[in-house]
Amino acid sequence: MSTTDLPASIDDTVARLVGHDYVPSRELATTVFLALRLQRPLFLEGEPGTGKTEIARTLAAMLGRPLIRLQCYEGLDLSGAAYEWNYARQMLEIRLAEAGGASRQALATELFSERFLIRRALLQAIDPQQPVAPVLLIDELDRADEPFEAFLLEVLSDFQITIPEFGTVKAAEPPIVVLTSNRTREIHDAVKRRCLYHWVDFPDLQRELAILAHRVPGAPRALSQEIVAFIQRLRQLDLYKLPGVAETIEWTRALLALDAMVLDPEVISHTLGVLLKYQDDIAKVQGSEAARLLNEVRDTVRGLGPA
Amino acid sequence: MLRAPEVDSLPGRLADNVLHFARVLRHAGLPVGTDRVQLALAALHHGGLESRRDFRATLAACFVDRGEHRELFDQAFYIFWKDPDLEGRMRALLLPQVKTHEKAANAPPENRRLAGALFPHMPPHAAPEPPREQVEVQAAFTFSDREILRQKDFETLSSEEWREAKAMLLRLRPFFEPLATRRTEPAPHGRPDWRASLAAMGRHGGELWEMRRRRPRARPAPLVVLADISGSMSSYSRMLLHFVHALSHADLRVHSFVFGTRLTPISRALRQRDPDIAVASVARAVQDWSGGTRLAQSLHLFNRHWARRVLGGRATVLLITDGLEHGDTTQLAFEAERLAKSCRQLVWLNPLLRFDGFEPRAAGVRALLPHVHRFLPAHNIASLEQLARVLAGAGERGSPPFH
Repeated sequence: MSTTDLPASIDDTVARLVGHDYVPSRELATTVFLALRLQRPLFLEGEPGTGKTEIARTLAAMLGRPLIRLQCYEGLDLSGAAYEWNYARQMLEIRLAEAGGASRQALATELFSERFLIRRALLQAIDPQQPVAPVLLIDELDRADEPFEAFLLEVLSDFQITIPEFGTVKAAEPPIVVLTSNRTREIHDAVKRRCLYHWVDFPDLQRELAILAHRVPGAPRALSQEIVAFIQRLRQLDLYKLPGVAETIEWTRALLALDAMVLDPEVISHTLGVLLKYQDDIAKVQGSEAARLLNEVRDTVRGLGPA
Repeated sequence: MLRAPEVDSLPGRLADNVLHFARVLRHAGLPVGTDRVQLALAALHHGGLESRRDFRATLAACFVDRGEHRELFDQAFYIFWKDPDLEGRMRALLLPQVKTHEKAANAPPENRRLAGALFPHMPPHAAPEPPREQVEVQAAFTFSDREILRQKDFETLSSEEWREAKAMLLRLRPFFEPLATRRTEPAPHGRPDWRASLAAMGRHGGELWEMRRRRPRARPAPLVVLADISGSMSSYSRMLLHFVHALSHADLRVHSFVFGTRLTPISRALRQRDPDIAVASVARAVQDWSGGTRLAQSLHLFNRHWARRVLGGRATVLLITDGLEHGDTTQLAFEAERLAKSCRQLVWLNPLLRFDGFEPRAAGVRALLPHVHRFLPAHNIASLEQLARVLAGAGERGSPPFH
């Protein structure tokens, strides 16, 4: 079995994701495994910074496939997401045809042939000429507007795109599709119905420690334990925006850059901007509250055993 | 594309049980279609039978498709696939007066909707009796933050009111000011549309030079309605619901919530085309009709859980409340400010205050007032007609209603 085959079981999925420095929950690994097996798109929702985009990158690396990323934004349309005609070349072709005296009929068919097609992310992903089916990441779908979702339906269920002037392009082998949403609005049921759904939650303490060990290998274990315990405690507070795993990693790197060996209230106050992005939240945690939380956290860390 | 799974190849009666489980979820309100059942059966051929946790994850991936359904799914899974004492539980449901407290410590709380789905023929739990002293007909100008759970039964809509609702929407047009979107439409002036131009040229053999153009398409701003249904507002509740229902079916993006002592999203329930069925399903979903008000807390919940999902920076928020708030109003001011900052326009419609001689005396009103972009005091709106007139008038920025 080569190293880029589809995983054989759920355990295999977990092992290979961990091998690529992604520590999944068992539930996520199950959903990923099924999505690969059933050739269904994977729809991931969850708080920002919980590793939704990262799973697509990891899958591409794990299966040895190219990653094609489509970042969604409001007003994203066909010409931005799927294909566009190369107007400059078409104009040139018209001029040449005028000079050469080609027939009208020939020109009309020729103008909209494959030569003049500019392929964007979606069309690239289902291009039958691709040597291997890529991983298609449709990132932050909630940022696109509703009309765009309707267009995705054909791509997601049949892995094909119909171009009116040209015909239907269908993938030879379905690409691996990962859709993510931060849930700033609800995605239409018709899109979700075609996918396998998973809500990516914040990791528990042990898993977050494992993630940190993989992502920031240089961090001393004692510091990692304090950091993770502190962030887990923060997530129990009534904050407007809870820190995600991405923030945990960033904060650890920031603390390493400051040569901090242990957490203390002063260091926390100075670096809080890495963790919390709303002034109200920062005000709530700053100062004596940070010291109080830290004391609670020390008890938790002691429970974790010797560093 | 999916192969029909061979039912026999799954062990025992597993396929049948998955089917039954899907039916239970469907009755409990999860949108589980037959395609999802097929998907689940196909998925179980590939894995998920090794451990209970994998099995649950497999079914969850196939049956759940939104975050808020996870808890319901977990409870249903717990009861359906594990509970060895199913019979005992059924007996407990048959005899609601016998309360058993020795529940397993890790048992998730049972959902009443779920109980109804699992045991559809059992008598419902006796509804808590509403406290007697709270039964008052007209509660305007009184308020409290006590939580009183009450169900409500509305009269159905008369045909005259139905016509009125339709007419109202036409009059409301100016209230929804159109915003330019990033999508475009063909137009005589604007940015060049190369695709259409070249298609036209190609059709004419390259001879005709006629530039096609497009311009940004305009769409009415999305609207979020936050309606107070507490005791002091009870005489308006029915009218407000019909108003929101009419709005939801007028090619507008409308999200609606009602609040008394808790915040209930009602957009899904109002998606029903028939106004009476829609309003009845809202009436069933809402637990706190005509109870107390917790304005600050409701706004807090909205800001925390919904604002990021439904506002998106461009929405108009229509806050319908009398603004009577108990106790400390600093939190109310804080939440109102946050709400105002995260939407494009915050419009406060107060049906209980008359414009002439209005003085912001109540503390809650004083806390809200500095943060709203527009304040519409509308005394005694009893019909959709009057409400439309007030709103449409506001759309014309202060000019008298055109009627």
